[in-house]
Amino acid sequence: MNADTRHDVPDVSSTANSVFRTNGLTRTYRVGETEIHALRGIDLTLYAGELAVMLGASGSGKSTLLNILGGLDHASSGQVLYRDQDLSQASERQLTIYRRDHVGFVFQFYNLISSLTARENVAIVTDICRDAMAPEQALELVGLGQRLDHFPAQLSGGEQQRVAIARAIAKQPAVLLCDEPTGALDSATGRQVLEALLAVNQRLGTTTVIITHNAVIGEMAHRVILLRDGRIASIERNAQPCSPSTLVW
Amino acid sequence: MRSLRRKLFRELVGMRGQVLAIAVVIGAGVMTLILSVTTLNALQLTQERFYQQHGFAELFAELKRAPESVARRLADSPGINHLETRVRSGIRLQVANFDDPVRGLLLSLPDGRQPGINRLYLRSGGLPDPERGDQVVISEPFAEAHELRPGDHLQAIIQGRQERLTISGIALSPEFVYQIGPADLLPDYQRFAVVWMNRSTVARATDMDGAFNSLVATLQPGASAAEIQVLLDAGLARYGGQGAYDRDDLPSHRFISEEMNQLRVMAVAFPLVFLGVSAFLLSVLMERIVRTQRQDIAVLKAFGYSNAQIATYYLLLTAFIVAVGLLLGIGAGAWAAEGYARLYMEYFRFPTLEFRLQPGGIALAILVAAAAGGIGTARAVHHSVRLTPAQAMRPPLPEHFQQSWLGGTRFWRWLDQPGRIILRNLGRHRLKAILSVLGISLSTSLLLVGSYQFQAVDRMLDVQYRLVQQADLHLSLTDPTSERAIGELRHLPGVLLSEGYRSVPVRIALGHRTYRTALLGMENRSVLRGLIDVRHRQQSLPEHGLILTDYLADELGARPGDSLELEILEGERRSRTIVLAGVVAEPIGVGAYMERRALNRLLGEGPAINGIWLQVDKTQLDALLPRLDRLPRVAGIGLTGEAESAIRSYIDETVLVLMGILLLLAGSITFAVIYNNARIAFAERQRELATLRVLGFSRGEVAWILIGELLLLTLLAIPLGWAIGSGLAWLLNQALSMDLLRIPFVITPQAYGFAAAGVLLASALSVLLVMRRLYRLDMVSALKAVE
Repeated sequence: MNADTRHDVPDVSSTANSVFRTNGLTRTYRVGETEIHALRGIDLTLYAGELAVMLGASGSGKSTLLNILGGLDHASSGQVLYRDQDLSQASERQLTIYRRDHVGFVFQFYNLISSLTARENVAIVTDICRDAMAPEQALELVGLGQRLDHFPAQLSGGEQQRVAIARAIAKQPAVLLCDEPTGALDSATGRQVLEALLAVNQRLGTTTVIITHNAVIGEMAHRVILLRDGRIASIERNAQPCSPSTLVW
Repeated sequence: MRSLRRKLFRELVGMRGQVLAIAVVIGAGVMTLILSVTTLNALQLTQERFYQQHGFAELFAELKRAPESVARRLADSPGINHLETRVRSGIRLQVANFDDPVRGLLLSLPDGRQPGINRLYLRSGGLPDPERGDQVVISEPFAEAHELRPGDHLQAIIQGRQERLTISGIALSPEFVYQIGPADLLPDYQRFAVVWMNRSTVARATDMDGAFNSLVATLQPGASAAEIQVLLDAGLARYGGQGAYDRDDLPSHRFISEEMNQLRVMAVAFPLVFLGVSAFLLSVLMERIVRTQRQDIAVLKAFGYSNAQIATYYLLLTAFIVAVGLLLGIGAGAWAAEGYARLYMEYFRFPTLEFRLQPGGIALAILVAAAAGGIGTARAVHHSVRLTPAQAMRPPLPEHFQQSWLGGTRFWRWLDQPGRIILRNLGRHRLKAILSVLGISLSTSLLLVGSYQFQAVDRMLDVQYRLVQQADLHLSLTDPTSERAIGELRHLPGVLLSEGYRSVPVRIALGHRTYRTALLGMENRSVLRGLIDVRHRQQSLPEHGLILTDYLADELGARPGDSLELEILEGERRSRTIVLAGVVAEPIGVGAYMERRALNRLLGEGPAINGIWLQVDKTQLDALLPRLDRLPRVAGIGLTGEAESAIRSYIDETVLVLMGILLLLAGSITFAVIYNNARIAFAERQRELATLRVLGFSRGEVAWILIGELLLLTLLAIPLGWAIGSGLAWLLNQALSMDLLRIPFVITPQAYGFAAAGVLLASALSVLLVMRRLYRLDMVSALKAVE
């Protein structure tokens, strides 16, 4: 198999290999008088090294689920386990440490610190965690080895998103959570960003979750998880994920 | 527009903390304006009314003794509207249950009726019965100090004879609004009284039947006071005239005028500083607040709202905040002004306080506040409406940054990323940073201006009472006396040291400038009365020539070496040209000094004195005072300690109360400025901070970016604030120098420290408040929001 176009499918059946497990996860918000059920009982396992794409329409609950997995939000009921750590019971401080040491985030609007260069944007994360790779190495990995000292304003949208990916992976996180990473980009640039994500997933074996409403992106995933109205509608296994470069939208 | 109004209302509620803080800034500025303008106006109005309704004299003259016929002749002189004679005499009083010596000034009233000039305002009781020789009217502050009422009695020694007086009435006079004894600097209501008595009784007691020793006059409109003064001087010279003088040389009027001049300076200086600073801050704050709403503006424009509608909306927002500030300022200003004016009434005895808010002051306050708010808002709105609506929908463009010259330095490499964020943000928004630093430093300067006087006043009093007035007791004698009296006093119990002096009223002139004061002849190297230079070194008196207080020399425009015209206003009224030999730096009062024997020669007399300073053993004061009181030639006894505490409480009650108010305002402004700075910085950085939180930064680490920036701005602002504050304090000091006292320009390290500590405290409080918001920072929504 050619690693450039196809990639190895990790073992997605053994519980021993799981990174995340959720049981009966629900999340409700109160907005004024009404109660919004964002998640209505999610049972899901995510495995080490897999690249999962979470698809769903707006309001399907995919962002809420990602936020809970990333330690940004608490579930209303149910359990969420990261390896052996019960995130549903974690304190604010424990969640901060969890995010710092284990999770990498990539956002739709990159959220780079505009006053820091590409290198410094990565360094701001590597400064605070153990076993981080050098910022230069992380940027090299996403193909920005030549743009180390550029400020965000001097980079294109795709480059900014790749800096954000470098920032997310530099700490060598166990899991990379990406919220609409191509949402603000044109398709060509979007493909470059997806390639960078795939490269990271393959070379570092980082469990990667991409949420998107763009069904095409599902073609590059090992598994496609479809959410609808706060529930998992379907999980499809993709035996032969294709290369991002072949995706068309 | 209804939805816009609703939005306006909600936003105001939402940012109530900031609204209130900005309103406080405006309120503080407006309050100082209202306070000083209204107080000044109340005093002016009250004074004018009292003078006018009670026929306050325009010219005064004292003399030895002249027959009534002289006065009748003078009264017909051109330019004189009305002239009245009277008899005045220094007396001593004894009040039941009060052991200290009390001096009094006895003045005659036409038998049984009000005089035409300087009519009394009777607070209670009535004028003396024309048939009753023992009845007197006494001045109100003295009556209050001893709780005396009509019908009560007093013992008096008039020309050496003991008399029992009955109080018929208690009154105020336009001549004694500021009631001080001769040679006193401040009123001492317990130890000095003005007493009015029927003319016939006074004349009998003082051997002045058919004669007078004092006259007062009013002038015809347009008449020249100076010409009539010359005329009176000529007419009275034969009768021991001491020189006619106008209101400006009457101590009471002079002090009120000085105080009003001081208030006038404050009425300009303080509002200028406070309102100026708050206008500046208001403008900056409004601009930044509107800029944080860029997104809303773009959305409104996308919906089709016109630029004018949006501008109106934000101007309404500003108008509301300004209105809250104005209400706060006008309310607090009026309240403080009335209290402050009443405080003055303790020293300036007017019958009633004419107090009213000045529409002019209020209009000015509204104008300045509205203009300041309007300018800031207009600038920001103008900036924001240029934004195309589409920009609201797009992800925020990262701001442009560049590598700075710091980039390659070792310092930069040492700096962590948060440190670099702080420095780059400040460097990127230089103007904003400069304005913030300026705002905080102006607050620092206000704190310094508000606080330096506390220590400066202390320093002034220390100089006056440790270095200048070193005597414990001060005796004034009824007439010039042989210097042997000095030695005789040394045998009295408790007297450790005694020194005599000779004091005469003089008029000193250089060119067209003249000044009436007392010339003090003293020992060459006086131990009990210091003469100090600017550096507090004791000066010795030259054998010839005159020494002046530096303030007086400046008033006259005289420099050492200049020849001054010296007119002695006593005895033969000699005039001499005399060289200004030097100046001394005294913080309180103004005086002229020369060697005593030289003065005796100038006066054509032997070695005489008319006052004595004593240093005493204070434990024996109780035994000494009655002995001194019984000495026939002693006209008055002054206790330096009493005088010092009187002046301290005077300053505490007037200058320092005002300074206290200003300090409070400065404190509020400081807090408001820094709090707003922190709030706006938080709003502007919210997204970045949330991102960092998501990336695993703890709250403390994230807060540091905010705190670090604020701290850096504050630390930069403090030295600048010190410099600006020192400048303002110096200007204030120059403006507030007056005859009565000149607060030295001393800014102690404590004052600098206080100003810095105030600003740091305000920063700490603001940080705490903003930290609360940081704790509630919603990471998820902050990430979703497109700025």
